[in-house]
Amino acid sequence: MNGTTALNGNMTSVAGDAPLLEVRDLSIVYDDDVKAVDHVDLTLGRGETVGLAGESGCGKSTLALGLCRLLRPPAVIKSGSVVYRGSRLPAGGVDLMEQSSRELRKLRWREISVVFQSAMNALNPVLRVRDQLGDALDAHLKLGRQEKQARLDELLDLVGIPRERLRSYPHELSGGMRQRVVIAMALAAEPEVVIMDEPTTALDVVVQKEILAQVVALQEQLGFAVLFITHDLSLLLEIADRIAVMYAGKIVEIGSAEQIHNEPSHPYTRGLLGSFPSVHGPRKKLAGIPGSPPDLRALPPGCPFVPRCTFATDRCREIDMSLAPVGGEHTSHLTACPFVGPEEVSAPDPGAETSSGARRSR
Amino acid sequence: MSTSRPTPATVLPAAASRGPLVLEAHALAKDYRLSRGPRGTVLSAAREVSFGLYRSAVVALVGESGSGKSTVAKMLAGQERPTSGEILLDGNAVQPWKRNAFRAYKGEVQMVFQDPFASLNSVHTVRYALTRPVRLHQHTRNKAATEAEVARLLERVRMTPAERFVGRYPHELSGGQRQRVAIARALAARPRVLLADEPVSMLDVSIRLEVLDLLDELRSQFELAVLYVTHDIASARYFADDTIVMYAGEIVERGPSEDLTQLPAHPYTQLLLASAPDPEKLGEALEPARSGAPRRAGSALSSTVGCRFAPRCPFAVDHCRAESPPLLQINSQRAAACWRLDVAAPDLLNGEYEEREEAIKT
Repeated sequence: MNGTTALNGNMTSVAGDAPLLEVRDLSIVYDDDVKAVDHVDLTLGRGETVGLAGESGCGKSTLALGLCRLLRPPAVIKSGSVVYRGSRLPAGGVDLMEQSSRELRKLRWREISVVFQSAMNALNPVLRVRDQLGDALDAHLKLGRQEKQARLDELLDLVGIPRERLRSYPHELSGGMRQRVVIAMALAAEPEVVIMDEPTTALDVVVQKEILAQVVALQEQLGFAVLFITHDLSLLLEIADRIAVMYAGKIVEIGSAEQIHNEPSHPYTRGLLGSFPSVHGPRKKLAGIPGSPPDLRALPPGCPFVPRCTFATDRCREIDMSLAPVGGEHTSHLTACPFVGPEEVSAPDPGAETSSGARRSR
Repeated sequence: MSTSRPTPATVLPAAASRGPLVLEAHALAKDYRLSRGPRGTVLSAAREVSFGLYRSAVVALVGESGSGKSTVAKMLAGQERPTSGEILLDGNAVQPWKRNAFRAYKGEVQMVFQDPFASLNSVHTVRYALTRPVRLHQHTRNKAATEAEVARLLERVRMTPAERFVGRYPHELSGGQRQRVAIARALAARPRVLLADEPVSMLDVSIRLEVLDLLDELRSQFELAVLYVTHDIASARYFADDTIVMYAGEIVERGPSEDLTQLPAHPYTQLLLASAPDPEKLGEALEPARSGAPRRAGSALSSTVGCRFAPRCPFAVDHCRAESPPLLQINSQRAAACWRLDVAAPDLLNGEYEEREEAIKT
């Protein structure tokens, strides 16, 4: 992959040399022929927030679950390594793909935790908040009774829930509060990586904003790194340091939030950016992305976005989808489309043109 | 009712310029008796809700979970019986919750639900979902005529070629396609009014726009009066002529969508808008758009005195906590229920609004 070197030189926001989490050439298939994750490289620095954006079925959740080995058959990890270099682990880190399930159990929660989309399903309905949080603590930390109580109180304070809620059952909490409890559980053992898979999708905008702000504040306080997965690119622009855009199992563009916002390069990224109405800026006709996501069982040769791409030509069916620096420079901004660069693209795409033009002028 | 609310402000909705009034909610109210709490605790899920739906126009009902927006839609759909108030179809009072009136009413007023995964029966094909309403409402005599109409409906929602989809089961369709089938099913009755309860919130961002554009196309093609229920005020701005904002069962603000989103009057509308993702804030610290105390269950209790938003409102004074504000007219098209408009939205009251309005028009 010719994008690999550029990815390596990409960790500017990170203290130390090697990234905290380094995904190399990860491929995951379902039923042998559905390539849900196809040769993906991704890094996550200490304290960094990386956003993973894409539509349903693009493989983003499979990637997230795969890198902490939470997948079950028929999903099979075909190739790749995921090196985790936690500060509590020996130098050099561990390859999560080579760990036994027992070793993995020790790493999950303690080193890498996951916040799932639906807080309603993630919590056990017949257990009080205290017991669920307590279980998570017992499994990974050896705490005395009083220490445990202190830690429980501390966790609730962290996520902004009144302490008396420890006695509540999940159904007695609002959706926002339940999601906060799930976040508290994820943070219980002070992991260095928190994977968030659509953590706010089921919530109202006001609550969503409160929770995102809370996550950002906690991150500053505790220093964990976040891999944030969502179909809503507008959210990522606000909270992520870097954004990876995924389509049909592949990362098609990756760059800083600024680069993705100001100089989106891949036509799919441009489509995503033109898909959400905004309350800010001029009201405009939005383009959206015509068609629907591809069938992963029957991908066309070359670029999988071809059927929906307004720039597609015959050449697109011959490319290998490897990532290359945008504009051919030494930049951490990579795209899988060798034909469409950020400048030339603006003209034929009216939606993207007005939006970026308006943004720059403001 | 704890306080007397004067008759609603007489605003002329922007939607009225599109066509004549079709369906009207007049002072609709819905109370639920709660099993929890002291005896006789009543939750007023909606109170004094009045608005009209006009031919060829979209009115958005915006609010967070529990604001009563779905309750209002359900009452208009005949699924919930109002505690008080009237529903007027073409100026005549109707009682759609009554058995003998229900089917005739359904021929005029149809609903599309939030979750296309739940609203389509998973053991039946698309053909089955569409055949029954076609027979019921269009009284097609023979199989061929029914089949032809089913195909026509699928083409209307851009599921072409129709023969490719009629035999499919819901699980063989994407979320967007399923919602199209739900829309086709609603159209099968050839309604004049379409009530869409969060029709796109379960869909991917990139797919939402397509479904909204489809709804807009159908609106103009069939001159449908559309109620668009959503928590996403940005999409209301994009899609609706008028926007009505609900909070804790009451209308707190209404006006033309563009005016209302660009210069909100009510502090709650301001909070909603501030919570919408804003890519312009790229890289800035994420501030929660929070005002006052965190969430407050039971604010819709009928025993609540004063403005229901007061506990969260940064502008609240004693008067707000003592007396519930009526919908006060701001200009010919806008109204807001707030005692503190002079502080909350001084621009609106100081005449700058007119300038702004001119600017928007030009």
